[in-house]
Amino acid sequence: MANNEKKQSESSSKLLNWIDERFPYTETMRYHITEYYASKNFNFWYVFGVLAMVILVIQLFTGIFLTMNYKPSATDAFSSVEYIMRDVEWGWLIRYMHSTGASFFFIVVYLHMFRAMLYGSYKKPRELIWIIGMLIFIVLMAEAFAGYLLPWGQMSYWGAQVIISIFGAIPFIGEALVEIIRGDYSISDITLNRFFALHVIALPLALVALIFVHIVALHEVGSNNPDGIDIKKYKNEEGIPIDGVAFHPYHTSKDLVAIIIFLMIFSMVVFFAPEMGGYFLEYSNFEKANPMATPEHIVPVWYFTPFYALLRAVPDKLGGAILMGLAVILPLFLPWLDRAKVKSIRYRGWIYKTALSLFAISFIALGVLGVLPAEGIYILLARIFGALYFGFFILMPYYTKIDKTKPVPDRVT
Amino acid sequence: MTEKVDQSKRHFLTIATAVTGGAGIAFAAVPFLSSLKPSARARALGAPVEVPLASLEPGEMIRVVWRGRLVYVLRRTEEMLGRLVGVTEYLRDPNSSNVELQPSYATNEHRSLNPEYLVVEGSCTHLGCAPLPQFEVTPSSDWFGGFFCPCHGSKFDLSGRVYKGVPAPTNLRVPPYTFSQTNVITIGIDSGSA
Repeated sequence: MANNEKKQSESSSKLLNWIDERFPYTETMRYHITEYYASKNFNFWYVFGVLAMVILVIQLFTGIFLTMNYKPSATDAFSSVEYIMRDVEWGWLIRYMHSTGASFFFIVVYLHMFRAMLYGSYKKPRELIWIIGMLIFIVLMAEAFAGYLLPWGQMSYWGAQVIISIFGAIPFIGEALVEIIRGDYSISDITLNRFFALHVIALPLALVALIFVHIVALHEVGSNNPDGIDIKKYKNEEGIPIDGVAFHPYHTSKDLVAIIIFLMIFSMVVFFAPEMGGYFLEYSNFEKANPMATPEHIVPVWYFTPFYALLRAVPDKLGGAILMGLAVILPLFLPWLDRAKVKSIRYRGWIYKTALSLFAISFIALGVLGVLPAEGIYILLARIFGALYFGFFILMPYYTKIDKTKPVPDRVT
Repeated sequence: MTEKVDQSKRHFLTIATAVTGGAGIAFAAVPFLSSLKPSARARALGAPVEVPLASLEPGEMIRVVWRGRLVYVLRRTEEMLGRLVGVTEYLRDPNSSNVELQPSYATNEHRSLNPEYLVVEGSCTHLGCAPLPQFEVTPSSDWFGGFFCPCHGSKFDLSGRVYKGVPAPTNLRVPPYTFSQTNVITIGIDSGSA
């Protein structure tokens, strides 16, 4: 018996050797998984990166199956989505997983980004990880926007009309650029066809490539932690950080718990509230696109509403477009706007704590205002919260410098 | 054979290779970028559209599609034309001074060939929503009726001229058109060119 097992392990290590001489399998597994050491004091904020990966896989997988029945043409698109919902076996489940996945992608990514702001994960030496992450966010927004046109409902059509028109605000080249994006004089079959190409091939490829680079950069410098200190300062005699534990099996088993809880919540939404009261799937989109009539109330999907509220807060076409673009781009510069000597919120002073709280409140408030009609008090409120949003970034070099920080411990707490 | 490496020659060859390759990429990019522009079929579908006016009652508006764009044709009453004069002070560009937005024959107060018929594109100059006709309204201090965009609240008068203080930057666009016969408008052909 024991002899048998020994033989088996001998032959499997023979196979491994054969592979390792031709491909760095063991080396890669060690470097990225079994001997990648991350801090032992991770809290629940640290699960959203893994959850984003889980959603990416859900979106790629369900997306491939949707493509098998969807028809990207102005005459057939709307009815092919209805066909998936009614006639394709389990088609409704695959589509609801995909549409719910889109919203959850943004929930998880927004929390993942907020984690970086809480613990200063964008600060030196992780600036590149943050910049790549921001690029992922921008590609993700383009991916979601292109996907939203595909069902060819009223909100798909008029939402795209409004968002594409924003590019028309660019001086001189605007009108020509809009024509190149649409490929026609109005949003048409041609536009739908090219958005399909972007949604299923071009942008997912860019997304996967950027995520790969994001992780390579992370594993080069190592993960941050809730204390925002370098765990590589204290190593044992084998050169392993004392405060670090291997990604596998220690972090993976913790992540598995998070994944199970996430999938429970995800399933509840997919099965019991896939429309989420009109926020995940908007009701006007159950009506086929009609170029002759705009719906009374145009609202983008919830994850774009904070930026949309800023667009509407300005009574000027170019001004609104610039403000919206700035709101998306500004976080990219966080590594250089933040002058504090400490990373984590735990050791920062009251000024940064207040600023970050105001920022979070204004982001959520703008999101709510973006859903409401742009009239009366709502415009004023959008301007106030918009000022807070921009103030957080623009005043940051000043207030992070004068903020009193606490001493940072040597080892993780 | 000398041991010395001629660095300047290497530098020259590197630059020359990069420039040649760059030029190649630039030429190869042309067909791909051009394929994104409206195709021959899309341009052909932009053919002129004939609109018969005989059945259009005064005060009535119809919607037609030209080049996939929505076009409004409104037959204005005497009372509506009278309202154009009083609103001038509330408008951003009452004299249609932005010449790109309308053909020269529509650069006037009523923004049309024949004062009775208004032809404008039903696409808000802010972000492209279709403005709603609101011709009869209770006159208030700042709204005398015209076109109202439900998306972001832009207002236009009965000539498609934009009000002050709204997000739309310019007046509604007037497409090229002509009276091809009495009581027939052809949209897409300039008046005088046919």
